[in-house]
Amino acid sequence: MSTQRELTYLEAVRECMSQEMRVNEDVFIMGEDIGLYGGAFGVTRGMIEEFGNERVRNTPISEAAIAGAAVGAAMTGMRPIVELQFSDFITIATDQIVNQAAKNRYMFGGKGKVPLVLRTPSGSGTGAAAQHSQSLEAWMAHIPGLKVIQPSTGYDAKGLLKAAIDDDNPVIFYEHKLLYRTKGYVPEEPYSLPIGKADIKRQGTDVTIVATAIMVHKALQAAVELEKEGISVEIIDPRTLVPLDIETIIESVKKTGRVVVVHEAVKRGGFGGEIASLIAESEAFDYLDAPIKRLGGKSVPIPYNPVLEKAAIPQERDIIQAVKETVFRR
Amino acid sequence: MITNVNVPPMITEKKLVELFHQMWLIRFFDEKVDEFFAKGLIHGTTHLCVGQEASASGAIAVLEERDKITSTHRGHGHCIAKGAETNRMMAELFGRVTGYCRGKGGSMHIADVEKGNLGANGIVGGGIPIAVGSALTSQMKKLGYVTLCFFGDGASNEGSFHEAINMAAIWNLPVVFICENNQYGMSGPVKEMVKVANIADRAAAYGIPGQVVDGNDIFAMMNVTHEAVERARRGEGPTLVEAKTYRWKGHSKSDAKKYRTREEEMDWRSNRDPIERMKRVLISEGMLSEQEAERLEAEAKKEIEDAVKFAEESPMPPIEILEEDVYA
Ligand SMILES: Cc1ncc(C[n+]2csc(CCOP(=O)(O)OP(=O)(O)O)c2C)c(N)n1
Repeated sequence: MSTQRELTYLEAVRECMSQEMRVNEDVFIMGEDIGLYGGAFGVTRGMIEEFGNERVRNTPISEAAIAGAAVGAAMTGMRPIVELQFSDFITIATDQIVNQAAKNRYMFGGKGKVPLVLRTPSGSGTGAAAQHSQSLEAWMAHIPGLKVIQPSTGYDAKGLLKAAIDDDNPVIFYEHKLLYRTKGYVPEEPYSLPIGKADIKRQGTDVTIVATAIMVHKALQAAVELEKEGISVEIIDPRTLVPLDIETIIESVKKTGRVVVVHEAVKRGGFGGEIASLIAESEAFDYLDAPIKRLGGKSVPIPYNPVLEKAAIPQERDIIQAVKETVFRR
Repeated sequence: MITNVNVPPMITEKKLVELFHQMWLIRFFDEKVDEFFAKGLIHGTTHLCVGQEASASGAIAVLEERDKITSTHRGHGHCIAKGAETNRMMAELFGRVTGYCRGKGGSMHIADVEKGNLGANGIVGGGIPIAVGSALTSQMKKLGYVTLCFFGDGASNEGSFHEAINMAAIWNLPVVFICENNQYGMSGPVKEMVKVANIADRAAAYGIPGQVVDGNDIFAMMNVTHEAVERARRGEGPTLVEAKTYRWKGHSKSDAKKYRTREEEMDWRSNRDPIERMKRVLISEGMLSEQEAERLEAEAKKEIEDAVKFAEESPMPPIEILEEDVYA
């Protein structure tokens, strides 16, 4: 074994794209300010130097055209990776993603494929306020024909991005802005993680927390605190919402008998509702010792003021409290 | 009466002096914001319009109070020119409850609807259709007001720009589209992002007039906008005005500005500073003395310092307001 090399999440994403572009001529990236500027968050920094402006294609500010051009390129033999500068701008690209990319193959009777990846930073915590801080993954998860990935670590991001690039379907790849600078072990050689396989981020016996993206990290911190009080927490990160590895979640709930689902996106209509329903519909229902608990963002646009911004989404203490309410319920 | 400089009829000598002062306000406001940003006292993100004072002040100067504007992510100048109070703006950037949005909006979302400012916008091109809707109201209710719509060269590549201008054109709506072409959309040079020589040339595709203007010349800005506003008020429909200008600072924080040269920046700063240019005209026409100019500059600086004090002394919003105002 080589030494455990550490990389930031952002570097892991970049390394994956570079490695894939080196071995596959069909792979290219496209987006606003991804050239010299290196992307709004620096993910593509240095890539134009290696691959040139043909394959690191700086676009005008035209989200609908970027997404649509990716669909067209994907249909005709390329494997585009789109960087959409902020996931909020998916609203502008929606026709191409929802009505074109996702429907195309099915409508045409199974002919053709649309192998594109749309990477996009989401989530709050940067003070960018209501139009640059949303978590809209449940929107995309609702659409048949799209795969939706939400990695919480650089290791997962690198492996899942490779899988997404290799996939013949349109994949929406959400990267949480606050995770970009987080560090962790990432192997140097290319590797692929299966789309649709959850990861158990922590083993435990008293309660299962199902958490996504940055909430995985908040849940891990909460678990350390809860451990001190004798509560053993198991944490499952689905990593991919579509397809969803519900089996791993069900197995965990059968073991612990209690579950808290937590995500940053607004709770109402959020993906947590889907996970809770799937648990309730499964054989795990008979093992439940307490009602399923959901934690999510408040039903408000993300405010600018940092105190309000924090209060809009679940924090570590909210997770601790929710777990206690679940565990101490008779 | 002004004789030697060519200005629209409603622009008095007094108004010119006010505009000179206003441009300083805009400059000092954004320079202060820059300073506080660097110190970490303002969080989030912010986009400064230093160097673009004349396009904001000149265009809005020819409006009547009832007229409306839509603004952009680079909107502090538009906001000040449309009559916003700098202390409430600064308080907003500090996230304080006394700010225009009670600390919920920040730099990109300041609106002052009472003064006819329908809002800044964090979505590039997002305000363009809204301006068209505002003009539609004016036409349908025969209110006679005109809407000025600000956006950047980058925004002119969004679908919303093309769709909205076409609609305004076919319906002859009272709206004036002002493209502030500051040469870059974030890191994208306009020359690489637009194939036509002028964005105003695109007006032909919609059957409306297109006008290129030196956006750093406040007098030219006033004249061209005035003509377009009058045309709109007469019911003859929209005009696309392209103001050629330059943003002195980076796109936003942490911009290494690798996409442009230091020489280019220095050229715009030292040879085409809109405030300096206006000052020279006012002085040579005897409307202003050097001393008065300095006094106005100092006054503006003082107002911004007071705005900072107001912002710093203002309370943070109480947590209860988090869930207020989601619905009316
Ligand atoms: C729909 C959308 N796409 C991208 C962005 C990110 N972004 C913010 S400002 C900007 C550049 C806009 O350029 P331009 O319209 O020329 O205005 P300028 O910044 O030059 O004033 C970009 C790409 C955004 N906020 N909204």
